[in-house]
Amino acid sequence: MSASSSAPAGRETSPRTPIVSLQRVSKTFANATVALKDMTLDINSGEFVSLLGPSGCGKSTALRIIAGLSSPTAGRLLWPDERPGARDHAISFVFQEPTLMPWATVFDNVHLPLKLKGSSAETSRTAVMEALEMVGLERFARSYPRELSGGMKMRVSIARALVTKPRLLLMDEPFAALDEITRFRLNNDLLRLWEEFGWTVIFVTHSVFESVYLSNRIVVMAARPGRVVADLAVDAPYPRDETFRTSHVYSDHCRNASEALQAAMASEDDDHH
Amino acid sequence: MTANLDTTASRNGAAMPTADPAELAKARRERIDRTARWLLPVVVMVATIALWQWYVVAYKVPHYILPGPDRVVQALVADWSTLWPALLITIAITLGALVIATIGGVGLAVLFAQSKWVEMSFFPYAVILQVTPVIVIAPLIFIYVPSKIAGLLICAWIVAFFPILSNTTLGLNSADHNLRNLFQLYGATRWQTLRYLRLPSALPYFLGGLKIAGGLSLIGAIVAEFVAGTGGLGSGLAFKILEASYRLNIPRMFAAILLISVTGIIIFASLSVLSHLLLRHWHESAIKRDT
Repeated sequence: MSASSSAPAGRETSPRTPIVSLQRVSKTFANATVALKDMTLDINSGEFVSLLGPSGCGKSTALRIIAGLSSPTAGRLLWPDERPGARDHAISFVFQEPTLMPWATVFDNVHLPLKLKGSSAETSRTAVMEALEMVGLERFARSYPRELSGGMKMRVSIARALVTKPRLLLMDEPFAALDEITRFRLNNDLLRLWEEFGWTVIFVTHSVFESVYLSNRIVVMAARPGRVVADLAVDAPYPRDETFRTSHVYSDHCRNASEALQAAMASEDDDHH
Repeated sequence: MTANLDTTASRNGAAMPTADPAELAKARRERIDRTARWLLPVVVMVATIALWQWYVVAYKVPHYILPGPDRVVQALVADWSTLWPALLITIAITLGALVIATIGGVGLAVLFAQSKWVEMSFFPYAVILQVTPVIVIAPLIFIYVPSKIAGLLICAWIVAFFPILSNTTLGLNSADHNLRNLFQLYGATRWQTLRYLRLPSALPYFLGGLKIAGGLSLIGAIVAEFVAGTGGLGSGLAFKILEASYRLNIPRMFAAILLISVTGIIIFASLSVLSHLLLRHWHESAIKRDT
């Protein structure tokens, strides 16, 4: 994979093997709710993909299936460039809440994924401090989560996800609980890191504006049953900043995504009547 | 206590030239609250003792019915040579039972946490052991267990272990759902999840249970001593109370009760300090907020 060498904006055009491929994946819960129906989706290496949809559209379910936290009822999940049977997909997950251990310092929280792999605090000190520097929190290594603001906690959560140097970063509405100013700042930080390190990101959100700002591909989903209804490319170049947020290109893409979402909601209503 | 108050008072008085009146009034109220917290109970205690003394003197109550506080203190001093060794034995039984209750309670809780089936099978019996009054089991225990000390320990343990078991079980099961997912995602072993996630999550619950168990183990030890009665050597404070009651030595009974209460207070205070030290960095219960 040479994802990190190519310019981000050109990524989605070049044909390549996907990093993960969902093939007619369905998920039915025990109470007969169809959370996801026949979802087929290739995520290409280096892409920033947003899963956009109303609540109940299965976007979080899809993310959990990709993470291996949940198994599909039907269909297959393929990791084309990995050895068969390998469990280690180099995935990191960022939850909607910071999900930090309150009893551990910021350093220990970020160290956790490495510690679980058997690496001591001494041997992983450099990696942990690097991850903290990426999110600008190296001075807070000895603080406890309760001493940090909501935005800072989320940064710690992101540092913890990055410390393992993942190939695929899964984010489940990570900024939904933050105020808008903090959310914009973290959006920018996330884009900067993505451009620098070139991982693949799957970003679940219910915000049209956030998905257009961040991603180069938006997968619009509808509910009951959860399914993919549109796959939009956002071909605006990176780096994107505040000027992009106020540009015509941005508002055009927002309108497209909004219309796709409206259509998705309308089709949902049709299903009901 | 007073030294601490003096420093806070001088700090507040000197350092706030620009603070607004409402904040100053609030600070003053807090300062008064802090003093009242220890001063009021002391005033109540002194008043009660004074009232007690006055009643005994004014109505000429015979000391074999209700001794005055002066006589209780006299008994405490005069009988110290018999009360002190008895107190040591009661403390030894209490702490011994508390240690075993902690090991047993946490051990069982961890075992229960490993398997729902084990928990389902045995938790009801822990409840039965808890709800059956120890005073009706104790005579049987002293029949089956030849060693009196072992019998006392078992009785105190039965009373003390349940709050630790039930609280720790609750704590082990209340680890954050997303953190569990995270541990699963990073391939944590069962042992790692227990050590790094479930045990720390259970710590505040365990400490809450421990505080209750501290008091209960003292009660358990005393009740067991009452049941064990006069048999043999190594008698604790409860036995001294029984003995004194046979002889109508009421002042000594009061002195022994006083010692038991003080012991209970010291155990509770120590466990509260331990709990605060372990939780002060992170748990809501141990954090002081400015606002």
